[in-house]
Amino acid sequence: MGYILIFITAIFVNNVVLSQFLGICPFLGVSKKVETASGMAAAVAFVLVIATLVTYLLQIYFLDPATSVMGADLRYLQTIVFILVIAALVQMVEIVLKKVSPSLYQALGVFLPLITTNCCILGVAIQVAQGTFAAPGLDHNLLTGIWYAFSTALGFGLALVVFAGIREQLSRVAVPKGVQGMSIALITAGLLAMAFMGFSGVNNGLEKLFGI
Amino acid sequence: MKKMKSSLVNMVVVLTLITVVAGGALAYVNSMTETKIAEINQQNEDQAKKDVLCTDEIKIASETPVTIEGKEFVVYNAGEKGCAVKAVDPMNASFGGDLTIMVGFDPDGNILGYKILKTQETPGLGAKAGEWFQKDARGSIIGKNPAAGELKVKKDGGDVDAITASTITSRAFLRAVNAAYDAYRQSLGRGPMPQPEAGAQTSEQVNQ
Amino acid sequence: MNYLKVLFNGIVKENPTFVLLLGMCPTLGTTSSALNGMSMGLATMAVLIVSNFIISCIKSLIPDMVRIPAFIVVIASLVTILQMFIKAYAPEVDKSLGLFIPLIVVNCIILGRAEAFAAKNNPFASILDGLGMGLGFTIALTLLGGVRELLGTGKVFGFECFSENYGALVFVLAPGAFIALGYLIAIINKIKK
Repeated sequence: MGYILIFITAIFVNNVVLSQFLGICPFLGVSKKVETASGMAAAVAFVLVIATLVTYLLQIYFLDPATSVMGADLRYLQTIVFILVIAALVQMVEIVLKKVSPSLYQALGVFLPLITTNCCILGVAIQVAQGTFAAPGLDHNLLTGIWYAFSTALGFGLALVVFAGIREQLSRVAVPKGVQGMSIALITAGLLAMAFMGFSGVNNGLEKLFGI
Repeated sequence: MKKMKSSLVNMVVVLTLITVVAGGALAYVNSMTETKIAEINQQNEDQAKKDVLCTDEIKIASETPVTIEGKEFVVYNAGEKGCAVKAVDPMNASFGGDLTIMVGFDPDGNILGYKILKTQETPGLGAKAGEWFQKDARGSIIGKNPAAGELKVKKDGGDVDAITASTITSRAFLRAVNAAYDAYRQSLGRGPMPQPEAGAQTSEQVNQ
Repeated sequence: MNYLKVLFNGIVKENPTFVLLLGMCPTLGTTSSALNGMSMGLATMAVLIVSNFIISCIKSLIPDMVRIPAFIVVIASLVTILQMFIKAYAPEVDKSLGLFIPLIVVNCIILGRAEAFAAKNNPFASILDGLGMGLGFTIALTLLGGVRELLGTGKVFGFECFSENYGALVFVLAPGAFIALGYLIAIINKIKK
């Protein structure tokens, strides 16, 4: 039951873009068309889950035990190790996709390099490695971590695609001159965030329902 | 200077060099700041112990580690001034994870004060818990005694005002306070000091 | 090269927040108060100046193909060093900014300036560019933080302007961040014309 709660909390209640402010750059940058937005969402989901897996294993089997094994606390290398892993992963995913599925590579191609600087990847990786994400009634371990990363990725995708849908409609209406462009996009995002705020409390109800 | 060519050897050498220099710099700064960070944490905790017991001078008679639901609690016994308890939210369900607090109890188990040691909440929102439950504030818990029933927010049938728009944080906070009281009682139950208060507490525990 | 122009370029003409729209995550995530916004701005500025300087110094040593990973290593180390210093000497800042400090690494402003400016110009100009961009970012974050804090809680930098009871809490929460920035950009566009 806790897994359902993580899932719903990460997607709706504590949405990575609209309430945690991670991954705003692609959210604003590639949300002009629903099609490109879905491509970006898929690419992010892919990298986010793999990156979380790899960085978590590195944290548990390399950075954390370094103190007892080598006598040197290496945890301060977290940021640098994680970002290098993510950068390398993005490169690898690019190369593998090119060979394995050229059509998917074509679809995602443009967005892949952009993902390195998407802070939702590094942000979620750090949250999982440090065990600071919402997992009511469950331990923070590899399984919940990956599940949280996956749910977050879906939440990112949902926010991005919904926002792109709204912006597609927005481009057809007459907007006052002063707020044209990024200004109206941000205000729209604000209203979207407000709509998502309506979900806050849903997790409390579910917690009671599941008896957690 | 001429630009370095992108040959394989060059690339590997340059990247390795940069990483080694960066690693060295990090290790140096880390060794420089490590003790300072530990010192600050210790100072904060010492100050927190004084603050939550509402006193300028305390002598910790004993430190008792207590484990509740797999989480570490520490009870600092300051004799007649009461006990300061370092506690965490046992359920760890608050957004952003581990909330660590210090709570002070007088020898009767009444809450003297509290302080938030660590929180990963949204800046500005969770931070409010540091003032919200203090004396004379809206959700004051000072003077309450968890022996008379667990502290709960009004929504859950309790009598504590939750922080506006952050019921979840408030719940996590109160859970930590209740757990702190639990740890406090456990430490007295098997503590080496047969004080009359301690006796009263244990008998109460039996009655419940 | 006109050094003064380089300096003011980042503050006004190419302001990273209001004009280039870079580094939006910390812009929105840490500006729940003017002080938080300013701390984040200053932290970013410190990294930006030093990273611009270092990258400009070693630019000819780095082969083109591994340019980006090399830059990232430099920036990530600087951010980690900054994080340690903040933890040791300004623990309050560490508490209020939390996760957003390590996330300075992926702030597009820093990598963007390394690539667009520091990799092509001399160290002195790069420092000025970092200073200008950093100041522009700091001013923008402080402004946004101040507006949100005032509308949400009636305070600016903790000084009470009107009673908290008249504040609209939504401005401190997530939606207020987007909306306040949206209107600020609109106002700045108007002024610039």
